[in-house]
Amino acid sequence: MAILVNSDTKLIVQGITGNSGAFHARQCLEYGTNLVGGVVPGKGGQTFEDTDIPIFNTVKEAVEATGANTSMIMVPPPFAADGIMEAVDAGLDLAVAITEGIPVNDMVKVAKYMEGKKTRLIGPNCPGVITPGQAKVGILPGHIHMPGTIGVLSRSGTLTYEAVGQLSDVGLGQSTCVGIGGDPIIGTKFLDVLELFAKDDQTEAIIMIGEIGGDAEEQAAAWIKAGNLKKPVVAFIAGATAPPGRRMGHAGAIISGGQGTAESKFKALEDAGVHVVRSPADMGRKMKEVLGR
Amino acid sequence: MKIHEYQAKSILRRFGVAVPEGHAAKTPDEAVAAAEKLGGKIWVVKSQIHAGGRGKGRIVGEVDEAAIALAAQGKPLAGPGGVRLARSLDEVREAATAMLGNTLVTKQTGIEGKTVGTIYVEGGVDIASELYLAVLLDRGTGKVLLMGSAEGGTEIEEVAEKSPEAIKKVWVDVSTGMGAWQARELAFQLGMKGKTVNKAVGFMQALYKAYMEMDASMLEINPLVITGAGDIIALDAKMTFDDNALYRHKDVLGMRDLAEEDATEVEAAEYGLNFIKLDGNIGCLVNGAGLAMSTMDIIQFKGGSPANFLDVGGGATQEAVAKAFRLITADPNVKGILVNIFGGIMKCDVIALGVIAAVKEVGLEVPLVVRLAGTNVELGKELLANSGLNLIPANTLDEAADAIVAAVAKA
Repeated sequence: MAILVNSDTKLIVQGITGNSGAFHARQCLEYGTNLVGGVVPGKGGQTFEDTDIPIFNTVKEAVEATGANTSMIMVPPPFAADGIMEAVDAGLDLAVAITEGIPVNDMVKVAKYMEGKKTRLIGPNCPGVITPGQAKVGILPGHIHMPGTIGVLSRSGTLTYEAVGQLSDVGLGQSTCVGIGGDPIIGTKFLDVLELFAKDDQTEAIIMIGEIGGDAEEQAAAWIKAGNLKKPVVAFIAGATAPPGRRMGHAGAIISGGQGTAESKFKALEDAGVHVVRSPADMGRKMKEVLGR
Repeated sequence: MKIHEYQAKSILRRFGVAVPEGHAAKTPDEAVAAAEKLGGKIWVVKSQIHAGGRGKGRIVGEVDEAAIALAAQGKPLAGPGGVRLARSLDEVREAATAMLGNTLVTKQTGIEGKTVGTIYVEGGVDIASELYLAVLLDRGTGKVLLMGSAEGGTEIEEVAEKSPEAIKKVWVDVSTGMGAWQARELAFQLGMKGKTVNKAVGFMQALYKAYMEMDASMLEINPLVITGAGDIIALDAKMTFDDNALYRHKDVLGMRDLAEEDATEVEAAEYGLNFIKLDGNIGCLVNGAGLAMSTMDIIQFKGGSPANFLDVGGGATQEAVAKAFRLITADPNVKGILVNIFGGIMKCDVIALGVIAAVKEVGLEVPLVVRLAGTNVELGKELLANSGLNLIPANTLDEAADAIVAAVAKA
């Protein structure tokens, strides 16, 4: 079954004619995702490169014409918050915002706007979502993935690939991999994805990759500790060596006022019975061990 | 991005936040002129550096090394600090002369301290009580938060640890802005009375507005002062900005003080590299922030010590990789380098060519371990193997970390 995206996904790409928008739309299409349209204001009526995939002026038009249920947002940072709200207003089920560098105050407004709306937002500043063998909505390299039963969720991009690589190396495929994003305000948090994985029949176990900053990992740990998850979780937290007060690449990866340290997150997860690995090289191995294979 | 106190106050003044009158000065003469312009009989001379704890800081050369070491721990001996009261123009000159061009060491600067390039001269304020007030993002709710404490002048982290119940908070709805009722609620909780409460409402609403409109990521008033007359005034102001929003604040960009920033990090940023210097001896070159942090972590896990955080980003060019190499090798502490690339969209062969070109250009005097994985990995490995370079290839993160830690231990 997997979560979030599958063979029923009907994808539009907002910003499909930009450099990276076009490149990644093409990659999603080649992976087998059902790409039904693009949105670029002012370019309505054109088609995407050499395909007959239509481009629309607005998300609403695209949804009406194609029945799209998912959008990938590849819009430049100054306009991306607006793009997210447009996707939400059009009533899509899922909006995946890849864009890095959206001003935080723009996202404060987005978060307010999304209250009570049906759309789920993944990201921003994330690599996206992939259900191996079915659909890819994002910039993850499709070829390293293989279908299976491990759910992967992470705040990071390449570190997710590292985890997936390790899983595939030990012969464990993935149900769905979700990069939730490295910004201070994101639409879907660890806890939300854990809830989805908990209910998903295909997902047998979960790899969760956190990093310094915020307390989303601690919240997830508390939820697990309360007995809400019957599936084993292997977790790693990046940034044990990060100096306090410095942003480590991701806008949200910062230890401030002694809050958000890797140690606090490791402890909370260990305390919740999660299989914590202290070395990022041990994620795949640990999962194999936990599953007894 | 950080700015100085005097710059933050100039912004706050524009939004109607009450701040004392003051003037910045870069020479003792300017400082005296500033004091004359302000008038009065008492002035405060304040070092302008991008770090807190200035009052308890000490100036290198003015006191002995042991006293400086204590200042770096935030436990200074008696004597003058980085913020001084002056009761005459001569004392203003004296304080300015002691500070300008010299190094101030505070708990937040660390033992190396920061050079004082500018001072700020303000008139004295009649202090009845000191409070704390800050505007910041609450990541949990995605809302902006006003946070206050009746214990001003103390670091908020300390208050949070010792008496968390003393910290009062209100969350602002971005669509309506800060309500007067919310500001009143906070003011009453902080123990304000009478006309001070109404002054606090205007003050807090202006503060919130400044935070939002300027795209700040932190706005801290510590201390917030209630004067003998019951007025409210920001005695200090610390303001940092959301780097992602600086494109719409050219005026703020103009306030950037490069002397306060690490020169190497500034240089790296020009090439789209995210570089943070650390104390260790193993240089790291990685793609992606999470993997870059993890690479540092595994080096330490294996008993080594990372010299830097370096994320070359998703679309690094050959020039950027070469620049990254130069930055790493320019650090005399570096005794080995670990390149860790998981090619997603980025192709391993492109990285390999970048590494080869960089090493040929920059030279290589320390062990180099290269771990490539992901897209076009075989092609990348082949290029490295045929390059004739004396590097240690690794297949996995584990192998790579073991190899570099062992090589550095042997050297």
